Amino acid sequence: MREWTMSGALNRALYDALADDPRVLVFGEDVGRSGGVFRVTDGLQAEYGEGRVFDTPISEAGIAGAAVGLCFAGWRPVVEMQFDAFSYPAMEQVVDHVAKMRMRVRGRVDMSITLRIPAFGGIKGKEHHGESPETYYAHTAGLKVVAPSSALDAYRLLRQAIADPDPVIVLEPKARYWSKESGELASDGPKIGDARVLREGENVTFVAYGAMVARVLDAAAILADEAITARVVDLRSLSPLDDAVLERSARETGRVVVVHEAPRSVGLGAEVAARIMELAFDHLQAPVARVTGWDTPYPPASLEQLYLPSVERICDAARKVVAY
Amino acid sequence: MSDEPEHGAGTEPVRILAPDGSPVGDADVGLSPEELRDLLRWMVLARRLDRECIALQRQGELTVYPGFEGQEAAQVGSAFALGQLDFVWPTFRELAVALVRGVDAVQYLQYHRGTWHGGPYDPRATRFGPICIPIATQLPHAAGYALGQRLDGTDAVTIAYFGDGSTSEGDFHEAANLAGVWRLPMVLFCQNNGWAISLPSSEQTAGEIWRRAEGYGFPGVRVDGNDVLAVHRATQRALERARRGDGPTLIEAMTYRIGAHSTADDPSRYRDDAEVERARAADPIARFRSWLLGAGHADDGFVTACEEQAEAFALEVRAGVIATPAPPAEWMFDWVYADPPSSFERQRDEALR
Repeated sequence: MREWTMSGALNRALYDALADDPRVLVFGEDVGRSGGVFRVTDGLQAEYGEGRVFDTPISEAGIAGAAVGLCFAGWRPVVEMQFDAFSYPAMEQVVDHVAKMRMRVRGRVDMSITLRIPAFGGIKGKEHHGESPETYYAHTAGLKVVAPSSALDAYRLLRQAIADPDPVIVLEPKARYWSKESGELASDGPKIGDARVLREGENVTFVAYGAMVARVLDAAAILADEAITARVVDLRSLSPLDDAVLERSARETGRVVVVHEAPRSVGLGAEVAARIMELAFDHLQAPVARVTGWDTPYPPASLEQLYLPSVERICDAARKVVAY
Repeated sequence: MSDEPEHGAGTEPVRILAPDGSPVGDADVGLSPEELRDLLRWMVLARRLDRECIALQRQGELTVYPGFEGQEAAQVGSAFALGQLDFVWPTFRELAVALVRGVDAVQYLQYHRGTWHGGPYDPRATRFGPICIPIATQLPHAAGYALGQRLDGTDAVTIAYFGDGSTSEGDFHEAANLAGVWRLPMVLFCQNNGWAISLPSSEQTAGEIWRRAEGYGFPGVRVDGNDVLAVHRATQRALERARRGDGPTLIEAMTYRIGAHSTADDPSRYRDDAEVERARAADPIARFRSWLLGAGHADDGFVTACEEQAEAFALEVRAGVIATPAPPAEWMFDWVYADPPSSFERQRDEALR
């Protein structure tokens, strides 16, 4: 059974999507000759040529806007924004057009755009290289937002995002690009909109996504020694959320801890907590807890572990809700 | 006829007809007398409909409406040069272009009636993109569309309209740069109408817009935007150039916004009536009509017929606009997603219950 890094699995997803659908185009800054700063597009231009895999000027709004025009011409653009914070210049195009265009033209043109964004922190990056932009996108009607946590699921989500008729923002956790997972790559299985239960447990549910899933799994292993069994839900799909899995987990464990890197206030954890309250209020035995980044800008590399939810903070939150 | 676009000397735009209609250049732009009469017919029709729209807004039948009086030559002259497969990316002020492209006026005006956003008409069938309000954001769409057309091996050209104010936006720069780097089959058509709401073009940019093309590596040309023949010829040449695979052209059509920015705007707060009166003297329709009659391509009877036709058209559109109902409530949800999430469908059911 082959072992895949997340970067390698994403690369394979692009390779396979280009092979399967002649209308798929891959473009962005340094994705062609260089193969992308995280090597996710490595070798694609050599295989598929400059007509289908190409470099662009440093021009995020132009790239996102061009993707809209390409959809009108019947193409299926897969676009890379080089880093999270560098997706912000494209925000007007994404919010005003990518997200709304299908409604504006009464469904006559699908915005089958995949916007790949290396996101989140944890790699000792420079400033503007550790942002968690998911709330901006998840708050925008018309977009779908996904964040894989492992190599095999990254392949699946990217293939599904490219095949999806709606625009999908794929937030790739930089800190997990070189993490490894063994198995067969497959695009079937859980869909966009489905969460995955990665570990069963009865006392508390952890809800996480992206790079935080690995930390939550570590926390669950530690807590098991303390006779606290934790269920781990990998959201995968941040918009839409999997209400059914959230509801079932909240009902069955009665306690929920949401973990994300993004600042706490108005973060995705607030939405998860609200949904759980709406869906399973009578079953809750403790308030939903949030373990998140602080309400600060993402800090310099030497402070980032203080900012990111640590395994210790996650364990403490679980102990508190269990003891509530 | 040279293949290259003409460059005005300094700030002087390329012109075929003087403001009084007398020819100052070669008036043979390759159009038949019938096509020349069509140019007048469209301009008269467009102006009459524009005025009707302002009346409809005053009567509460349209929401805020952005008029284009004074810009008929720039719009009709350029749109008339387009081939059937060429694609237009408009702003919110290109109703005359839409008419020439064959967009149904009542459908178009659903946008201003407030019954739909974007493109109530079919943008792919009409080859006229959705109405675009966020300034200059349609320009990257045009660049992407032009790229897509070239990848498909067609010889169709993409034309993007924008105003002088748009050129201060980053999206103008990004699209022009992509057009240059990728030598896209694209025409960047700027209607410099002197004003971006209250800001005169002199405060919008310190340079001349057509000259910016050089920095992007393609030709620019400044034409008299109130001279329908000059606009038509410049557009034709830019289209031919793009079709040949020689890349984009930036056209700056010098015109003037006679009316307010929109029906919600009061230009007396920021500009002199005297300036507007001077602009009226350079009226594009009077200029072309005078030449057309003088050249013997039309007679007074044709002019009267144009006006009668425009009157009837405006009344027909008025009736159609007034008869347009509010859309059904489910339309708020119907096209947000091609593959709607179940949580979204539950919201829809809650709203429509």
